Amino acid sequence: MTAKERLFWMLKYTIKRVLLAIVTVFIISAITFFAMNAIPGGPFAKEKAPDPAVQAALEARFNLDKPVGQQYLIYMNNLFHGDFGISLKTGREISQIISEKFAVSAKLGGMAALCAVVLGLLLGSIAALCRNKWPDRLIIFLTTLFVSVPSFILATILLLVFALQLKWVGVFSTDNPNYVLPVISLMLYPMSYITRLTKSSMLDVLGQDYIRTARAKGVRESLVIAKHALRNALIPVITYVGPMVAGILTGSMVIETVFSIGGLGTEFVRSINNQDYPMIMATTIFLAILMVIATLLSDLVYKLIDPKITFD
Amino acid sequence: MNNADRLPKKNLLSLQIDLSKFEKATDEEKAQHETMRESTTFFKDGMRKLRKNPLAMMSLIILAVLVISIIVVPFFYPYSYEQMITVNGKRDKTAKNLAPFTYSKMEQKAIDEGQKIFPHIFGTDELCRDYFIRVVYGARVSLAVGLFASLIVLVIGLVYGSVAGYFGGTVDMVMMRIVDIIYSLPDTLMVVLLSVVLNQILGAKLQGTVLAKLGTNMISLFVVFGVLYWVGMARLVRGQILSIRNNEYVLAARALGAKPGRIIKKHILPNCMSVIFISVALQIPSAIFTESFLSFIGLGVQAPMPSLGSLANAARGGMQSYPYKMVFPAIIICLIVLSFNLLGDGLRDAFDPKLRR
Amino acid sequence: MSTPLLQVKNLCTSFNVDSGEVRAVNGVSFNLDKGRVLGIVGESGSGKSVTAYSIMGILVEPGRIKSGEILFNGEDIVKYNKKQMREFRGKRVSIIFQDPMTSLNPVYTIGNQLREAIMLHTDRNRQQANERALEMLKLVGVNSPEQRLKQYPFELSGGMRQRIMIAMALCCEPDILIADEPTTALDVTIQAQILELMQELQKKLGMAIIMITHDLGVIADMCDEIIVMYAGRVCERGTADEIFYNPCHEYTKGLLRSIPRLDTNHARLIPISGSPVDLTNLPKGCAFASRCDNCMKICLSELPEELDINDNHKAACWMNVRQVYNEAAKGGNVE
Repeated sequence: MTAKERLFWMLKYTIKRVLLAIVTVFIISAITFFAMNAIPGGPFAKEKAPDPAVQAALEARFNLDKPVGQQYLIYMNNLFHGDFGISLKTGREISQIISEKFAVSAKLGGMAALCAVVLGLLLGSIAALCRNKWPDRLIIFLTTLFVSVPSFILATILLLVFALQLKWVGVFSTDNPNYVLPVISLMLYPMSYITRLTKSSMLDVLGQDYIRTARAKGVRESLVIAKHALRNALIPVITYVGPMVAGILTGSMVIETVFSIGGLGTEFVRSINNQDYPMIMATTIFLAILMVIATLLSDLVYKLIDPKITFD
Repeated sequence: MNNADRLPKKNLLSLQIDLSKFEKATDEEKAQHETMRESTTFFKDGMRKLRKNPLAMMSLIILAVLVISIIVVPFFYPYSYEQMITVNGKRDKTAKNLAPFTYSKMEQKAIDEGQKIFPHIFGTDELCRDYFIRVVYGARVSLAVGLFASLIVLVIGLVYGSVAGYFGGTVDMVMMRIVDIIYSLPDTLMVVLLSVVLNQILGAKLQGTVLAKLGTNMISLFVVFGVLYWVGMARLVRGQILSIRNNEYVLAARALGAKPGRIIKKHILPNCMSVIFISVALQIPSAIFTESFLSFIGLGVQAPMPSLGSLANAARGGMQSYPYKMVFPAIIICLIVLSFNLLGDGLRDAFDPKLRR
Repeated sequence: MSTPLLQVKNLCTSFNVDSGEVRAVNGVSFNLDKGRVLGIVGESGSGKSVTAYSIMGILVEPGRIKSGEILFNGEDIVKYNKKQMREFRGKRVSIIFQDPMTSLNPVYTIGNQLREAIMLHTDRNRQQANERALEMLKLVGVNSPEQRLKQYPFELSGGMRQRIMIAMALCCEPDILIADEPTTALDVTIQAQILELMQELQKKLGMAIIMITHDLGVIADMCDEIIVMYAGRVCERGTADEIFYNPCHEYTKGLLRSIPRLDTNHARLIPISGSPVDLTNLPKGCAFASRCDNCMKICLSELPEELDINDNHKAACWMNVRQVYNEAAKGGNVE
């Protein structure tokens, strides 16, 4: 297969994957919309809006007297034009709330995802290389521990110990946004998972014949790892990273609430507690789109890094 | 090669002494000669490996102790998880937020009068309920949720996956496309969404039935698992069946005229059961996690029923004043999840055919 | 007599695993002279590959050389440090492996992997390395070599990949090429091509070859000397003619009986009964005793030494001693 053919194949695959992603987004939005409509009274029910003005605005926008199917089409059409509706509680434009809150979440999530991937790959490789020696045991013990603690407990404990008792790091506040603890609490689970994944994948790769070939060529051990093993070991890790990056943004529901960071996650939890259905619906669809995009990207990177899969 | 030290000269002298050594050896002597490797079955060998894994064995013991205590303790424990502590039949409103092993004013008075009062091992909560029994019930609920949810996942996944794997062809393709779509749904979001919706829908319908006691949140949690989480298991089962079905040894068995029943029993099941079993063991902590997450955002089990997640979440507010209320359920939840994770890892190391050489 | 190119003296290699020490190689010795071809024959688990990996210094954990010397031009490479060993590998001694399908890194192009080997041991730049790689590909008979350089391993057939492995092994002009069952994973027709290629290259480049195989037929007309291994020990060694026409070890005889021959009318092949010994638990005496049809009492208790049959032939079997003894008993004196 020539480079040109490969490019063509890649293009074809990308188009196929993008189409699938679009279908997925539609399915998710449909599930969300109809599920919400199954709630007695529907998401835009009169009694739920405290303000008649809000209710009027909703009715005008979604033609609530029309059948549900048609309402869905209208909703999707509005969504397509960036109109997510208005929040029942605050009466504000949801698209505005989302864009404002998402900036905060994205910053937090971005930092956490970066740390998780870098540290996870590093620790996983170390564990694989020092198999059955103390660094391996320590890393595996800690990461197993981290994946066994629910994030809100972990976050609360970190907050209590390091911020309130020891006062090593400042508490997050809007005036003085200290992201250290939120990032750590958000990062630990995915980092641990990536570490374990990298270790097992690395061990698998290190047992392969081509590693023996590289050693037999006289390649130095560090280069055997960095060039020959790591790239192959990355392949299974990448499939996890995409959804993880997106998942961290929803995972921050917990972390943001614990640290009272006014991000999209806090907003989502609040809208659930307030039964602010248009807000729940819009946030779900927005986050789902994010996730689908992230999965799509990781799939494409996956294909790029592994030439064999391109061929199949 | 030197001719000077050729064999006859050197050796004949010494060997002439014992001619009998050059007699042919009997079969028994030959059989004794070789120490054969102990033959083991797959299961025995796996169990041997598992027993040698201290972490897995410790987890097994911890889980056994936990399970036995959460079953046995409520039978003799003098307090109830949903009612206020009473002293001599009177509700004790002074027993609020007691620290572990302390007594309220009323209880202290009763003790001074010579009565015996069972200590509050973990203290009490803000509604004057004994915290230990609440944690015990919480562990009961969390474990039950974990086990039951995993069971649902196992049954649906096993049936769906086997059907897809067994029939193959178009049926398989259609069934797996459905799985792909469900798989691509963001699970946390869908869990939250379905829980919100199901709570609203089921709430009214369940009123007055037995299920109401369980709480709509619990029911919706199981529904969510039944709807969303089985896909991983279905994929696993199908993949296992397909790969095993195409293995040479199955083909060989078929060529020898083995009946499908025998092939399934002798070849397919033993080879995929271990993998499925391990996956179930690892599913339990994930279900417990999901439950605690839902508890956190207010969609967990119905009060007054506690779960470990809801207890820990409720304790967040008074974290600085009453840290023990957070610590106890947190430790138990970690112990359970950690034990299942370590046990699952141990089982995989011991029984996964792919890891064996 | 000048020192041989490679001298292996009493090599012992073990793997420490949970169930004990797997003694894969137990005192193997041999010499290899410049430009000669040595064949090592034996069934699976006889320690042939471990011997090769010990020479290359590519034993994986938990394997390690327990004792013995490996002298290359008189220098003991067991004592080499990591850096010396790296320079030794690939430059002085190269290896090709059994399975060409998995021996090339799937995520790098052929060119990349060839260049890496060349640039490691020579001071050629990328451009020159590329030219050398092309030259090597032509040498091993790969068609349209320019295009191949840009391809990934999975795009090539098994035979093609093995040719590339050979090109990679020979690109730094090593003194010794170790071929670890180079044809086992290939089709029969491709097998012949690869063997022919190796013979041709050996003549052209003049390197010494250690040919490891379980297939006696493969090495019959290629090797100057053959070593037969069983349970990590050498049981017989000699020229190809001696081994094939005058086998003096019961195991070698068994091996020869179990290969099909066109020149005789044997109705059926005679397999060697039983299975290889447990290397964690080597029996006293001869390791082959329990599978041997002519097993004697002494075989079960004492380890046979390697004894000369003639100038070009040695074997470690008590049967030879008995034969000599019998002759002596008949004729009075052997000498």
